[in-house]
Amino acid sequence: MAQMVQGETGDWEIVIGMEIHAQISVESKLFSGASTTFGAAPNTQVSLVDAAMPGMLPVLNEKCVEQAVRTGLGLGSKINTYSVFARKNYFYPDLPQGYQISQFEDPIVGKGEIEIDLPDGSVKNIGITRLHLEQDAGKSVHDQHPKKTYVDLNRSGCALMEIVSEPDISSPEEATAYLSKIRMILRYLETCDGNMDEGSMRADVNISVRKLGGELGTRAEIKNVNSLKAVQQCIEFEARRQVDLIEDGQAVVQETRLWDPVKLETRSMRSKEEAHDYRYFPDPDLLPLTFEQSWVDEIKQTLPELPDQKKHRFMNDFSLSRYDAGVLIAERSRADYYEDVAQGRDAKLAANWVINELLGILRKNDKTLEESPISAEQLGELIALISDDTISGKIAKDVFAEMFTSGKNAATIVDEKGLKQVTDTSAIEAIVDEVLAENPDNVEAYKGGKDKLFGFFVGQVMKKSQGKANPGAVNKLLKEKLSS
Amino acid sequence: MSLDKESVKKVASLARIRMSDEELERMMPQLSKIIGFVEQLAEVNTDNVEPLANVVDITPELRKDVVNDGDCADKVLKNAPEEIQGYFVVPKVVE
Amino acid sequence: MSKLTDLTIASALTGLENKDFTAVELAQAHIDAMAEQSNLNAFITETPDIALKQAEASDKRRASGDAGALDGIPLAIKDLFCTNGVQTTAGSHILEGFIPQYESTVTQKLFDDGAVMLGKTNLDEFAMGSSNTTSYYGNVINPWKRDGDDTDLTPGGSSGGSAAAVAAKICMGATGTDTGGSIRQPASFCGITGIKPTYGRCSRWGTVAFASSLDQAGTFARTVEDNALLLRSMSGHDPKDSTSANKDVPDFLAALTGDIKGKVIGIPKEYRVDGMPEEISALWQRGIKWLESAGATTIEVSLPHTHYALATYYVIAPAEASSNLARYDGVRFGHRAKEDDLTDMYEITRAEGFGDEVKRRIMIGTYALSSGYYDAYYIKAQKVRRLISQDFLSAFEKCDALLTPTAPSAAFAIGENEDDPIKMYLNDVFTVPASLAGLPGISIPAGVDSQGLPLGLQVIGRPWDEETVLKVAGVVENLAQFTYVPQTVKKAAA
Ligand SMILES: [Mg+2]
Ligand SMILES: [Zn+2]
Repeated sequence: MAQMVQGETGDWEIVIGMEIHAQISVESKLFSGASTTFGAAPNTQVSLVDAAMPGMLPVLNEKCVEQAVRTGLGLGSKINTYSVFARKNYFYPDLPQGYQISQFEDPIVGKGEIEIDLPDGSVKNIGITRLHLEQDAGKSVHDQHPKKTYVDLNRSGCALMEIVSEPDISSPEEATAYLSKIRMILRYLETCDGNMDEGSMRADVNISVRKLGGELGTRAEIKNVNSLKAVQQCIEFEARRQVDLIEDGQAVVQETRLWDPVKLETRSMRSKEEAHDYRYFPDPDLLPLTFEQSWVDEIKQTLPELPDQKKHRFMNDFSLSRYDAGVLIAERSRADYYEDVAQGRDAKLAANWVINELLGILRKNDKTLEESPISAEQLGELIALISDDTISGKIAKDVFAEMFTSGKNAATIVDEKGLKQVTDTSAIEAIVDEVLAENPDNVEAYKGGKDKLFGFFVGQVMKKSQGKANPGAVNKLLKEKLSS
Repeated sequence: MSLDKESVKKVASLARIRMSDEELERMMPQLSKIIGFVEQLAEVNTDNVEPLANVVDITPELRKDVVNDGDCADKVLKNAPEEIQGYFVVPKVVE
Repeated sequence: MSKLTDLTIASALTGLENKDFTAVELAQAHIDAMAEQSNLNAFITETPDIALKQAEASDKRRASGDAGALDGIPLAIKDLFCTNGVQTTAGSHILEGFIPQYESTVTQKLFDDGAVMLGKTNLDEFAMGSSNTTSYYGNVINPWKRDGDDTDLTPGGSSGGSAAAVAAKICMGATGTDTGGSIRQPASFCGITGIKPTYGRCSRWGTVAFASSLDQAGTFARTVEDNALLLRSMSGHDPKDSTSANKDVPDFLAALTGDIKGKVIGIPKEYRVDGMPEEISALWQRGIKWLESAGATTIEVSLPHTHYALATYYVIAPAEASSNLARYDGVRFGHRAKEDDLTDMYEITRAEGFGDEVKRRIMIGTYALSSGYYDAYYIKAQKVRRLISQDFLSAFEKCDALLTPTAPSAAFAIGENEDDPIKMYLNDVFTVPASLAGLPGISIPAGVDSQGLPLGLQVIGRPWDEETVLKVAGVVENLAQFTYVPQTVKKAAA
């Protein structure tokens, strides 16, 4: 679903590659035993190693390695059993060592590929270039003092995975779909919580434009793109800026730009850019990281079913549409909930109820699925009551609303309120007779050809039965009686 | 190879060491001499030789993922040239 | 009874055990010596109060039968090892006033065994130098003088303060670090024994880093046996250092059998460099004869890439240093220039904080790693490093240890060789190759030159084979019968 930018000289294609920084879900930092919990008082989650005191040395957290391998497997990527940590050298107040320990020439994860789902129902493959492990920097606070910057090192040394894509992305929609998909996969794998508000996931977007099928253009790297919306907006802005620049006879400069989420524009970070030369070299404090392929295979055995596998299974086994399957697998907990509801029941009906009723009411009440007052088991029971004609779909909605507020089981509510559907033909027949007797004029009119009045009779019967009459039976009986 | 003043200046800036013109002039021949000295390495045939980053012949042990460090802001901040409310403080970073 | 400061560590331990004297008396004798010879400028920070307190505690432990392997032995600690609550400067202005809130693994191990700390010794700034003249805290003066000449000589470097303090009998032993010869060369210049163990034998945790892939802690003392004692306490695996080896520490003392019959000692022919002073080749020859007389065989071996070791070292060490020293930025500790602009703060802090030699090496290292030069300098040097390392491993297929001179000259005058960095770097020509290969090496005083200055011989061993190194060194020590005493010590005794 490539999106063109219309320029004065014709259409331009957007070429996008993304670098996603994902904080690894672990207890302690990549190279120290300090905690990674979000939101602590400044400099309280800092070891002497994280503060780069003289003589301090890094020791690698084995869980971080395992999480990176898990993620690599989840991205369908090659796992490198030999990788090397390198130092990326630059000065910044929240970078205590004066270098970031990262991976450069030999990353832990190599090439792979994932599938993204686009709004028009199509699917596209996006190549993964690599995933590497690296340290996060600390946090600089610029707004506390007119002349000073405050530095908090709590985040310094937290473990990140940097996931780099191929420049296979060609529209803002694809970019957001890609980011969502990566986040979904990481959440399924439980290797990153994907929380963009807390900065657990951050994206840098590389953008260039070119004439259809032409040579790749010069790219700009946009930093600080920290929400799906920002990804969309920054690509739209930046692609337009580049097209205008080129058509104006100017050149795009290869540079780092910052997304301004208030002004909705990208701006050059040239001040920070001056003559960057990171002088990567292998970190002599850390020997190369090696492990056995058998360990990788063991981890592979423990991988959960991944979103795409799940989606295809839902489509095949439950005959769900791609769209419905996509909504249900968006979160692992949602898919699990759905499967519990559908277990032994009408799977399509279950999908409708989860997607339309449950997710709707949760959204309205600002609740997450985990906070749902209706358990999967309870919703399943409700669906079973519909399927075996105990209650009608319409009554079920009332029961559902009651379940949501009271937390009671469907059967209990149906019992208490006497909502059980009346399927006893003689009982319904009595009501039908009553209604026909009460409305002789309408009966006559119907018989005289006013077919539309049939709905009126159905409504009256349902009303008299307080909605409990089986609609099928009501229809059948009414038809019989009115045609006689 | 001799280093020109521009290169020395660029290196000094990468290394964040302020140097006056006079210092750059003084440093230039010294650095050139050292670079010239190490350039004899070019004589060595290193075809098919793998770089050696570290000689130690061990497989390092990795850390278990447990929190057993940190929570020592007093130690971390003890030597800070400037500190306010538990933060390190530096001249304002202009973005 | 001889003076307490004349004792070796081994004999002092016996004396303490026999209650001939107390640890407090032993500490006091050395504290007095430290005061008497303060003109040597061997210490940056003296810690007599800590020494006495530790000595008191030591006496108590000994009384209750809990004495450790070094209990009550007064040592000097190179000011590159971070010591909890005691200023640690690395010889640099940029760390002036820095008080670590942690104890380096090496010093912790020594203290755990009961050692007493007299103070923190002077060194070349960030251990970069071979003459101890790059320290912000002034030159260290070698306790030795040329015969009939009062000129101040350098103690060598970078562990010059430690070597001078041991030679001057201010302390019984001292810690050092050796990146390219910083223990062995000053040991040679000061007429004492110093060992650098295999890279990975001692933890680097808490030691201010110079060049991470080369830095290794080691010891100084006046005998091989004392070095073995100190090294045994300092060594061992440290989970906080990923390059520290998880290997058992042998009983180095037990290796000193004096028996080297059947051992093969290699004599590397490439170490016969042009212009080597006659006295040094003669000393080397004597060393060869001593080992043969003790029953060893000597053979000539070749280390063909020796010539390129210095050039290799002067790419790798500065490259690593340029990155290791980036943390000295005035943000979290150490000196900070009072500036309102961040870049000014960084650049002026570092300009004021670092001395010339450190700046030179940071610049060289930065240059060697920068884009466009990385392959030609840094990667090239790493490749040659592998060749150098392979040279040694091939030689060790034919022999058990190597014997070489430690340094190409005796101690020189302070100020000499200062004009030309390359000339200064040549001091380490015999020590750098073993450092690049991570091998254990020891320097033993083996004679004096015509001016009465000590000269050392170096024994280099296989990785993890400090035992053979110490064993062979013990034999050299025995046969050399080095009994010369520095003039300053003689004067103090008179
Ligand atoms: Mg990046
Ligand atoms: Zn990154």
